[in-house]
Amino acid sequence: MAPRLVVIGNGMAGVRTVEEILARGGGFEITVFGDEPYGNYNRIMLSNVLAGVQDESGIFLNDLSWYADNAITLHTGTRITRIDRFAKQVYAEDGSATAYDTLIIATGSRAFVPPIPGIHRPGRGYHQGVFAFRTLDDTRAMIRYAREHERAVVIGGGLLGLEAARGLQNHLGHVTLVHAAGHLMNSQLDAQGGAILRRSVEQLGIDIVTGAHTTEILGKHEVTGVRLKDGRVLDCDVVVVAAGIRANATVAETAGLVVERGIVVDDQMRAQDEPDIYAVGECAQHRGETYGLVAPLWEQAKVLADHLTGRDPHAAYHGSRVATKLKVAGVDVAAMGVKEAERDDDETLVFSEPRKGVYKSVVIRDGRLIGATLVGDVSKVAFLMQAFDRGLALPEDRVELMFDLGGPPAEVSAAELADDAQVCNCNGVSKAAIVQTVHGGCRTVSGVMDKTRAGKGCGTCKGLVRQIVEWAAGGEAEEDPKASWYVPGVPMPKPELMHAIRTHGLRSVSSVFATLVPGGEEDAKSKMGLASLLKMMWGDEYVDERDARFINDRVHANIQRDGTFSVVPQMKGGVTTPAQLRRIAEVAERHDVPMVKLTGGQRIDLLGVPKEKLPQIWAELDMPSGYAYGKSFRTVKTCVGSDFCRFGVGDSTALGIAIEERFQGIEGPGKMKLAVTGCPRNCAEAYVKDLGVVAVDGGRWEIYVGGAAGAHVRKGDLLATVGSADEVITLTGRFLQYYRENANWLERTYAFVPRVGIEHLRAIVVDDAEGLAADLDAAMATSVAAYRDPWKERAEPVTPGQFRTSLPLVVLPQVPVR
Amino acid sequence: MNGLRGHRLGPLDEIPVGEGRTYTVDGEMVAVFRLRDGSVRAVSALCPHRGGPLADGQIDNTVVVCPMHLFVFDLATGCSLSGQPDLTSFPVGVDADRTIVIYPEVSP
Repeated sequence: MAPRLVVIGNGMAGVRTVEEILARGGGFEITVFGDEPYGNYNRIMLSNVLAGVQDESGIFLNDLSWYADNAITLHTGTRITRIDRFAKQVYAEDGSATAYDTLIIATGSRAFVPPIPGIHRPGRGYHQGVFAFRTLDDTRAMIRYAREHERAVVIGGGLLGLEAARGLQNHLGHVTLVHAAGHLMNSQLDAQGGAILRRSVEQLGIDIVTGAHTTEILGKHEVTGVRLKDGRVLDCDVVVVAAGIRANATVAETAGLVVERGIVVDDQMRAQDEPDIYAVGECAQHRGETYGLVAPLWEQAKVLADHLTGRDPHAAYHGSRVATKLKVAGVDVAAMGVKEAERDDDETLVFSEPRKGVYKSVVIRDGRLIGATLVGDVSKVAFLMQAFDRGLALPEDRVELMFDLGGPPAEVSAAELADDAQVCNCNGVSKAAIVQTVHGGCRTVSGVMDKTRAGKGCGTCKGLVRQIVEWAAGGEAEEDPKASWYVPGVPMPKPELMHAIRTHGLRSVSSVFATLVPGGEEDAKSKMGLASLLKMMWGDEYVDERDARFINDRVHANIQRDGTFSVVPQMKGGVTTPAQLRRIAEVAERHDVPMVKLTGGQRIDLLGVPKEKLPQIWAELDMPSGYAYGKSFRTVKTCVGSDFCRFGVGDSTALGIAIEERFQGIEGPGKMKLAVTGCPRNCAEAYVKDLGVVAVDGGRWEIYVGGAAGAHVRKGDLLATVGSADEVITLTGRFLQYYRENANWLERTYAFVPRVGIEHLRAIVVDDAEGLAADLDAAMATSVAAYRDPWKERAEPVTPGQFRTSLPLVVLPQVPVR
Repeated sequence: MNGLRGHRLGPLDEIPVGEGRTYTVDGEMVAVFRLRDGSVRAVSALCPHRGGPLADGQIDNTVVVCPMHLFVFDLATGCSLSGQPDLTSFPVGVDADRTIVIYPEVSP
């Protein structure tokens, strides 16, 4: 027969331990006793129930069927009153006895109710109108009573008291919080942090009295108020006592177990000198500490399960470093370790901005974080918790512990990141996955990116991926020679490659592979970049091999997740006409286009168009392509400008249309999104475009380059301020051409501009310091002249089956079976 | 599969050099590619990741890159080179009359 495991306590710790045991294969006949008449619920969520943001039903963790499914005998509403550790039996209130081989005590804790005169009525329990805040029944009774009354006093300004006060506001009009200590949450926060929290809580309409000892609950039949030590009387008709918790260890103590502040346990959670009795959760005292938070409780449950099931005979609990992050009465609070410096040579950093309710302090000893407090802004908490938990080395600039200093968010160093920290948020790649790949023998950044797909989404994490690879390789990271190549399949950086292409007169992608790659090996991933480069270099002379194009460029539309395409007609400067709108509407309606959407670039997107319908839709629209699919010039966003806007100082729409007219469809190393805005109010968002033009008073135009507002956000750098629209167009062409010739494949202007430097760009583009301007202008003019609207490619497919579906969206030509 | 003669999918010229097209074979979607070295390859048509249409992907003489999220598969074996489940590969060739043929799965 399986050994009998009895668990006293159906709360979070007891049931979590049972879950952990089951997860390790179980092997016990399990009986659980709970003195509450319910299944297992999440006590932490009682605040939400009180606040009315969560239903009671939402806080239950395991319903009764879970116990049945796992063959657990559950006795709810049954309090265990006695443990006979010699006979190995537990006795319930009703006199029944249950035998155990192993006993787990998980009785949790109870509300601490200070002995205030008037709080109890002889023989009736609490005075009517006085409540503790510990159980679901407490919460229910409190809500019921509060709804019919008006003024509440909450005794206790810790976490629980604050939550109770905030929750009560939902049910009655006036809440006062009375706290004995000098500031709120005094066990977690220092005085300054407590004061800032107080301001934020007071702004929620809760009155707060600190340094106030409650000496008496007033009222004969019903509560009428509380009296404080200084004689003040606070009128109220509801009192909630939230003055802390005490371990529920009476039954253990009666049984003769060693109990101090809790049941004393060893590193296996075993009660002192008892081979078969264990305690977990709030009722346990380990190395002198009792814990009232869930994280330590989860750790204890795991150790105990490992130990009891024999999964890990060496499992040991070493205590928890308590770090908490909470929303207290709507205010973010995080606290860990010590509150204040304790020794003369402890370093302390404090930042306080009371107006915003923000307070941050960190305490450092011997270069390690030993404590931190955050109120109001907990953006750095993840990093601080890790540093605290693992004793990591801290940044040289200590202020970085408190603030992100403008750099990308991934500036935490590789070593500091937790193994399970997600590095690539697009493809869900953890630090551990990257480290494993490196340890598996892949020591180049691009190799790791290929294998794990980290950094292959929006790309913002590439820097961090590089750091992790270098760190994991321990100084043996191999420089990827391909990193400097324009495309991975041709061993040359861009300038060398362009020179070789010109020297050999290579006009097609296949000839580049054949001539410039040793062995002539083709590379699928290099084709698109080469096609773009050759088109830019040769214009009309480019030999267009369609297989070198990405699918979007083969069918002039953007492929969507379901294999359909999106159609975005050109709408220069975002200006349209009723006739155009009518035509678009009719086409969309006729073809049942599943979604019609306005784009961020001020166009209209028809989404969900099957490939085979593209030519017909283009024909019916009879509008040019908007190029919303290529690594190319996309659109010029404009504001209303001076024609109608009463603030406009320049005709932004006319200029935007002119720019789009000239540079439409120009291919490049990355997409080019532009904007022209009629005044510095920047309605067209010109400051964050690859090139943005801003009208300033006096008929002048500012040109910004290298802006971005995508995965990467950057304000563009001011390239020049010019006096006419013609100059804007000239400089735009010259800048774009310099970008096309010099940027790496897929390098957007927000990376290119800072890499090259705005001064250098200005010297070349504006001042013509290197005498390149005429060539750049001529090259751009050639490209402009080579423009053909790709949507004219509709009468005759360019290649067989150009628009044939590749998906089973429609019935494919069935092949007859012979 | 149907005897030793296999499935005749259609003329090779239906597929432009260096591209792929999708065919249905016994109700199964197959992407057939015409490589620049003159040979043909056939693999299951949908990317196991999110169902991307592989025939719309770019190829070289070794691999196909899914157009959706750029996962890479070996054209000869169907093996994923980027950590996804593998594709099924089909024995494929071109007849004397330049017709694409999927051979039965017994080894040729």
